[in-house]
Amino acid sequence: MGPLWLLALIAGLSFFGFVLGRWKSVVLSGKGRGTLAARPGYYGAYVLIWTAMPALVILVALSIAKPFLIEHTVRANLPAQVLANSAQLSLEVSGVEQVAAGLKLVTPEELENIRIGVVSARSVFAQHGLPLGGDVKPYQLIAAGALNLVSDGLDTAVDAAVVAALAFGLIFAFVRVKPRLRARNLVENTVLVLLIAASSVAILTTIGIVLSLLFQALQFFSMVSPASFYFGTVWDPRFAAAGSTESGQFGFLPLFWGTLYISFFAMVVAVPVGLFSAIYMAEYATSKVRSVAKPLIEILAGIPTIVYGFFALTTVGPLIRDYIAMPLGLGTSGNNVLTAGLVMGIMIIPYVSSLSDDIITAVPRSMRDGSLALGATRSETMRLVTLPAALPGVVGAILLAVSRAIGETMIVVLAAGVAARASLNPFAEMTTITVKIVNQLTGDLEFTSPQTLVAFALGITLFVITLGLNVLALTIVRKYREQYE
Amino acid sequence: MTEAASSPPASRIGGTDVRKISKIDIGLKRRYAAERRFRTYGLLAVTIAICFLVALFGSIVSRGYTAFQQTRISMIVDFDPSIIAPNGDRSAAAVMSGNAFRFDDLIAASLQKTLEIDPNDEDALYDGLDLLSKGSAPMLRSMIAADPSLIGTKRSVDFYATGDVDAFIKGSIRADIPESQRLIKDKHIVLIEKLEKEGALRLAFNTGLFTNGASTRPEMAGVGVALVGSLYMMLVVLVLSLPLGVAGSIYLEEFAPKNRWTDLIEVNINNLAAVPSIVYGLLGLAVFINFAHLPRSASLVGGLVLTLTTLPTIIIATRAALKAVPPSIREAGLGVGASKMQTVFHHVLPLAMPGVLTGTIIGLAHALGETAPLLMIGMKAFVVEYPTTPFDPATALPTQIYMWATEPERAFTERTSAAIIVLLAFLLAMNSLAIILRRAFERRW
Amino acid sequence: MSAVQATTAFDTVRTPDPANRPIKIHTASVKVTYGQKEALHGVSIDIPERAVTAFIGPSGCGKSTFLRCINRMNDTIAGARVEGTIKLDDQDIYDPDLDVVELRARVGMVFQKPNPFPKSIFDNVAYGPRIHGLARSKADLEEIVVTSLQKASLFNEVKDRLNEPGTGLSGGQQQRLCIARAIAVSPEVILMDEPCSALDPIATAKVEELIDELRANFTIVIVTHSMQQAARVSQRTAFFHLGHLIEEGPTDHVFTNPLEQRTQDYITGRFG
Repeated sequence: MGPLWLLALIAGLSFFGFVLGRWKSVVLSGKGRGTLAARPGYYGAYVLIWTAMPALVILVALSIAKPFLIEHTVRANLPAQVLANSAQLSLEVSGVEQVAAGLKLVTPEELENIRIGVVSARSVFAQHGLPLGGDVKPYQLIAAGALNLVSDGLDTAVDAAVVAALAFGLIFAFVRVKPRLRARNLVENTVLVLLIAASSVAILTTIGIVLSLLFQALQFFSMVSPASFYFGTVWDPRFAAAGSTESGQFGFLPLFWGTLYISFFAMVVAVPVGLFSAIYMAEYATSKVRSVAKPLIEILAGIPTIVYGFFALTTVGPLIRDYIAMPLGLGTSGNNVLTAGLVMGIMIIPYVSSLSDDIITAVPRSMRDGSLALGATRSETMRLVTLPAALPGVVGAILLAVSRAIGETMIVVLAAGVAARASLNPFAEMTTITVKIVNQLTGDLEFTSPQTLVAFALGITLFVITLGLNVLALTIVRKYREQYE
Repeated sequence: MTEAASSPPASRIGGTDVRKISKIDIGLKRRYAAERRFRTYGLLAVTIAICFLVALFGSIVSRGYTAFQQTRISMIVDFDPSIIAPNGDRSAAAVMSGNAFRFDDLIAASLQKTLEIDPNDEDALYDGLDLLSKGSAPMLRSMIAADPSLIGTKRSVDFYATGDVDAFIKGSIRADIPESQRLIKDKHIVLIEKLEKEGALRLAFNTGLFTNGASTRPEMAGVGVALVGSLYMMLVVLVLSLPLGVAGSIYLEEFAPKNRWTDLIEVNINNLAAVPSIVYGLLGLAVFINFAHLPRSASLVGGLVLTLTTLPTIIIATRAALKAVPPSIREAGLGVGASKMQTVFHHVLPLAMPGVLTGTIIGLAHALGETAPLLMIGMKAFVVEYPTTPFDPATALPTQIYMWATEPERAFTERTSAAIIVLLAFLLAMNSLAIILRRAFERRW
Repeated sequence: MSAVQATTAFDTVRTPDPANRPIKIHTASVKVTYGQKEALHGVSIDIPERAVTAFIGPSGCGKSTFLRCINRMNDTIAGARVEGTIKLDDQDIYDPDLDVVELRARVGMVFQKPNPFPKSIFDNVAYGPRIHGLARSKADLEEIVVTSLQKASLFNEVKDRLNEPGTGLSGGQQQRLCIARAIAVSPEVILMDEPCSALDPIATAKVEELIDELRANFTIVIVTHSMQQAARVSQRTAFFHLGHLIEEGPTDHVFTNPLEQRTQDYITGRFG
């Protein structure tokens, strides 16, 4: 049975368990064996939980364990000289998996022909619509056979275990249904455990991000030293020719410079425009203007970044190239730092403005009144009292915006270019951390080469940078809010 | 001022000789100029922001609106059985196999008739065929395969014109530039005018944009497959993130003790909301594809990744909605002897539901436009067939836009803009729904 | 001095000022509406120069609203509308030609809750003189700050920590800092909106003492919910009730011999 069938079986039996448990509690109380400690539905739910939970836990656990067991089997059946070449190992494993898939397609006599070497496995598989990259080696056939054996055995074991768990849970819980059983408390405790599990998904996500990025990044750092990565000034990850040890240079600095330079231009656009809009909204705009302009500006935040990227690529880039860069002789590409920065700045305006607006309006009214009552004008009050009081919050908002700019991907992928260089010319093509993550991970992937793994090293670096900025910004904003609560 | 300047400052404050501030120049003119300047900066900032918005929409719409119409060439096709089924087998399989060029002959024959070309004038015939999409023959073949009863009849068939002809008809390739720089040559123009005169060539609503899948020929490309992929992903996101988000928020808001651990979860959730989405893509690649061996490019994996990106948004919105339910409701529930769990599920959650749904819809809208994490998990594939399950390879609307955006042809630019308009229309609809929900169920305590 | 007769249907009971001080602020038929709701139904009163005038009455009676009209702080509340006449030294303060900034420089205000700016003590006091350009030099500014702090009887307590934030002071000190901040601009009138309601009794006593000293140089209008406070610091008292000015006169007169039944009821604690 496939996992979907198993799930359907679990669902069906659980529902059956619910009906059964509920029925039994009603019947028992009807026979006068004491009043129920909970409403009948809770007895139904109690049986349902006992039926479904153990079976689900077993199904999930075995499904997670299966790939490991299979990989272990394959390795155990590979010859020693293949195992010795650790760099090629995962390639070998996936090769065996393909052969195993092929073996499932062939007929018994074909299999016999392959085994005695009358026909090549590759041609037989091709007849069945499974093209292979190379000829099948004998040891692959052996390993693949073992794999299929273990895999089929596992599937049967999973089926058996799940069915056993279902039966056990259903009977056990049904027997335990008695009027004095405190079914509600038991059900509620289970629900509470589920709620806790749901809330820990957020933590698991963070752990997952850190572990998965770290694991792959460490693999990368075993091939390229961290020092040459973080302090390297040349990005040239050329793909190594077969057999050569040369694997190109992975200098992080040009990417980091491109990221910072583009973010700088984004901030040059977003901070003044966002902050002054927030000031205008908070202090000057009539409620009518506010109710129109504020949602309009916030629309900017709802537009997907791919749309900004396209806008940069087709409209802003050519404009800047034709009317500024080319006449000044500073660049000839529509992809440049200024385009990416400008468009990213537009995207970030609403983040700065709505956060700043919240923060400015959080400054107590009494402060503003105090200043106005002394005869200060509104702009003097804003510049000399409100803004200084709101400064920590505004700084926090800007830091959050910087973090967003550094992590932004689609705009720079479409508008910044792919050339990794560190230059001061804003009309030059430059590239960012996120662009390189995308570049290195699209196309044919092999998770053993540094060209691919470098994306994870970039990813964890990006994660650490943005995490630092976010924690700092959120702490500042939180402290700021507490001050006026 | 001079009088004030010469007097000692102490006398301004007290003493018998109080200097009235009304006699002192407090620089009102200068200060009001500064006030006006400051205010103008604010107004300018708001105007700039709105101008950007207008420029963005203007640029997209002006490039894209033409793509909702497309040039068609309708011709009478003689479904000649001797060409389609030379060996008499009219089954779909037979139609799909065999010499593919025989369908080109069908098209050539009907073009010859429509344009009244001399059968010996091969050049004229080829010029005519240039006008038709290169996807016409495969289209005709699958049309016959789908309905073999067509064989032997004569029917009018709508063919797509090529992207260049389409651009010419819509005026973006102009006839007044020198022929050598033009993709549509003079001989083509003659034929186009002839077809127009006969009423065979016309602009029609572009249904293919919404039904077709990926294609290297812009006139045949559509967002149909991408729409289905996005739909599957949204279903996965909804099914997973709504229960997970609501359950997690209920625990954190209603049951969790206030301690370091819950503080950590709180900080963590706020942080996850600000983690760059591409990092989630890397997570999905490493965990779902590399580790769990789920299929690449499948909408299930896309949905899982987007669930993780959306979850923080939904949790934050749900917690805010739960917080807004006044404590008196909880006290009332507990007061009549309901358990805490019953109080939450019977009273608090239903009251918070409008806020939860609003937050969920806004979260889904964000997920719908998310692109970068999908590139990481290979949802940037060339997919022609509709996916039937969430396990099949699919693309999504934003990744389809990304792929088209990098195509150089003018016709693709037009389609990219049109796809963006479709995406924005969906987002607009979702956000409007959220606003309507909030208005309808808004409750003031 | 002559008491101006109310032009509205409601008649305020007035007892003239025996000291016959010159009038600083003259108001006639002042009405205030917030949106649809009328909060003040036509108040007419004359406020004498260099004396303390107290506004008393139960909460919601309009006394604070009226106070905020005198330096046009009601302008900052959206939807508030003020009708009637308010004259400062014979100048209509709601005249479009009159500048509100200039008015507020002349009519200072101290609020219910101490609201020092999140700046140093020095900068708090120096704020007004700085924005109005009252000091020509640094030394001049320091002189103003020191004098103002002295006048607010705060100088001795803070002279060693002028550069520390004003928000670090105790509640009573903060309120005196706000008074110092107000007098640093050398206004002619100081409005005080329940200045002691957030303070403990000792701090209250200090502020009351200060108010008594300040009346030599300033016209002071104080809103208070404490009748004892009104009796201690003011020379004239006005009793507000439900948006009407019920009675006004010399403080000792209003407290010992009120002419109106409602005033009598209020000061003897029968309502309020």
